[in-house]
Amino acid sequence: MSDAFFRTEMTPPKAPPITERGVVKWLRENLFAGPYNTILTLVALYVLYLFLSSVIPWLLNGVWNANSLQECREIVTASAGEGATGACWAMIRERWNQFLFGLYPQDLYWRPAVALGLLLVAIAPVLFPKVPRQLFWLTLFYPAIAFFLLWGGSIWTPIVAMMGFGVMALAYRLLVPLSGVTVAAMLGVLAAVLWWLFIDAPLAEALSAALPVGLQSVGSDQFGGFLLALVIGVTAISFSLPLGILLALGRQSDLPVVKMLCVGFIEFIRGVPLITLIFTAALLLGYFLPRGTNFDTILRVIILVTFFAAAYLAEVIRGGLAALPRGQYEAADALGLDYWRAQRLIILPQALKISIPGIVSTFIGLFKDTTLVSFVALLDPLRGVTSVVRADLNWKGIYWEPYIFVGAIFFVICFGMSRYSMYLEKKLKTDHR
Amino acid sequence: MKKSVFFGALAATTLVAGMASAATIDDVKARGELLCGSSTGLTGFGAPDASGNWTGFDVDLCRAVAAAVLGDATKVKFVPLTGETRFTALQSGEVDLLARNSTWTMSRDSELALDFVAVNYYDGQGFMVKKDLGVSSAKELDGATVCIQTGTTTELNLADFFKQNNITYQPVNVADDNEAQSQYVAGACDAYTTDASGLAASRATLPDAENHIILPEIISKEPLGPVVRHGDNNWGDIVRWTYYALLIAEEKGITQANVEEVLASTTDEEVKRLLGASGDMGVKIGLDNAAFKNAILAVGNYGEIFARNIGEGTSINLARGLNALWTQGGLQYAPPFR
Repeated sequence: MSDAFFRTEMTPPKAPPITERGVVKWLRENLFAGPYNTILTLVALYVLYLFLSSVIPWLLNGVWNANSLQECREIVTASAGEGATGACWAMIRERWNQFLFGLYPQDLYWRPAVALGLLLVAIAPVLFPKVPRQLFWLTLFYPAIAFFLLWGGSIWTPIVAMMGFGVMALAYRLLVPLSGVTVAAMLGVLAAVLWWLFIDAPLAEALSAALPVGLQSVGSDQFGGFLLALVIGVTAISFSLPLGILLALGRQSDLPVVKMLCVGFIEFIRGVPLITLIFTAALLLGYFLPRGTNFDTILRVIILVTFFAAAYLAEVIRGGLAALPRGQYEAADALGLDYWRAQRLIILPQALKISIPGIVSTFIGLFKDTTLVSFVALLDPLRGVTSVVRADLNWKGIYWEPYIFVGAIFFVICFGMSRYSMYLEKKLKTDHR
Repeated sequence: MKKSVFFGALAATTLVAGMASAATIDDVKARGELLCGSSTGLTGFGAPDASGNWTGFDVDLCRAVAAAVLGDATKVKFVPLTGETRFTALQSGEVDLLARNSTWTMSRDSELALDFVAVNYYDGQGFMVKKDLGVSSAKELDGATVCIQTGTTTELNLADFFKQNNITYQPVNVADDNEAQSQYVAGACDAYTTDASGLAASRATLPDAENHIILPEIISKEPLGPVVRHGDNNWGDIVRWTYYALLIAEEKGITQANVEEVLASTTDEEVKRLLGASGDMGVKIGLDNAAFKNAILAVGNYGEIFARNIGEGTSINLARGLNALWTQGGLQYAPPFR
């Protein structure tokens, strides 16, 4: 027998030393890894402290019930002592409606609200595949419905205008077997344009005279706040995507005229700052149009913003088209598909999927750019409404509160768009990278 | 460069073509609405209130013109305009009348093809400082930091003033009035300079107004008034005489409340002409004889407009000063109404 000792079971593992685990390890590795790192950490902490020590009391002392900035200050002084600062959210409580609706008549707020509600329903089938397909009909007619709700007036104006699209579809259907897709589409557009130029106005007038149904009309000058930002943003986003796709395809076209037109358009628009285009739309056009022409400023701005976004989108989508291997195009040709079928069934679904992040970035940028319209004195939420509120003697001198409020709403909307694009990318992911 | 010359020429051509055919009064009557260019929000002078109604000193002038031309002070559409867009909007015919505290200068009157028809507010650039700075005159501001809006005539006036007095200053450039105020309150500058009316409005809303003083020096002339397009003299006359009617009403003691009473009892021939009881002064410029009575009925006389929007009863608390009637030592003087 030897008295040698054999351990029969494993010793339980010891916890790693305190410096190598948990919070301490994380702190040592990330915040105090060396002298420079430590100094930076301390400086950053100090700056953070300075920032939070002034912002947190300011937020905590916020006042919701007051009638003027003066009153807010008195309440803050009374509750938090002399020299304390506090946010004056009471301004938002009194003026939230102007931030959301601008100068839209107050008893008609339900109209933009319903229009927004319907917008959410109408875009659902576009955004999510599980939504019943029948809703597409609402999506199709939504522009007319929204126009009628927001601007009011005779119900026949939007209906007759929508009939123009009906004319376009009809002409296309009739002509496609005879002349092929491209020519039929062009003639369809021509028919619709003729409808809008010559038949639209008289017909709408006659119908309104015969059967006057409508809502109280509201002028564009009364639009403001997020209503204005959304009207410009949503319209420009929904029209710039198809326009951008067409431009991107046109730029790759073999027809020299189409190619030159598209390249010229894209390069011109991209070469000019948006603010210049907006100024042109709002001011310069006024010189050229005959005196008394009532060409709505908001409409002009929407058209220019749409062009601007379309030019950028065209380049983003062209990137997607360029990323497709040549074999995809050849495969489409080999299957005997014509140009439009090849684009619709093979090329675009792949190219657009690749371009999703770029497209959504452009949309987010576009939506935020709508605040630039304040330079032509439209009541955008950020600067337009804010300056209106500050012109009131009760709220003059208020500084951060309107910016924070407007910024928060913008963040929610833009963050929503960004999350949706991530969802879409994940859903459409078919490769195994 | 070539392009801009081209556009300029094109714009000028259209402008001339437009002027030849323009009769603003007919446009306004046909439209049934006056398009009035106003500010995007200036305390006391023009801004929409919480329920979206426009109020203010300049706004009331537009309402008076609407009452005179259309007989209804509510038939005005206010078109907010920024400093950059205001004159273009007027030239291109998007507004009929610009009442947006615009300073009357020679180049604006001549080069821009505009006509300033009257001066409804005589303003001037002043300084506001904290009381504990111990300064009682702008000439003692040597070496001070001054909050100043960039790209304005205010900036140029400031430079001139300090140069003339051989003193120096440190400009703190800000983008707009609100930022200037918040910078000044935060102590980023010793003095804050802008038009005296704006200073008074800012001071009224400071948390410690009693600790701030407006220095006595006024270093510039800022005659503010309504503007119309050059070349439509009849329309200019209408706006000018509507304004003068408000001045004469104050001079003669006619108010919004007593106008009917005065009309019934007066023996003053000028008042009779003004209120349309004798002569046909209104018809002479293409209006109704009761036009000026309607204007007074809608907004009151000049003194009432002043008192209601910016005068000593309000918290902006501006004294009449230069804007008192000539009979009371001010500059507001209307030619005879005959």
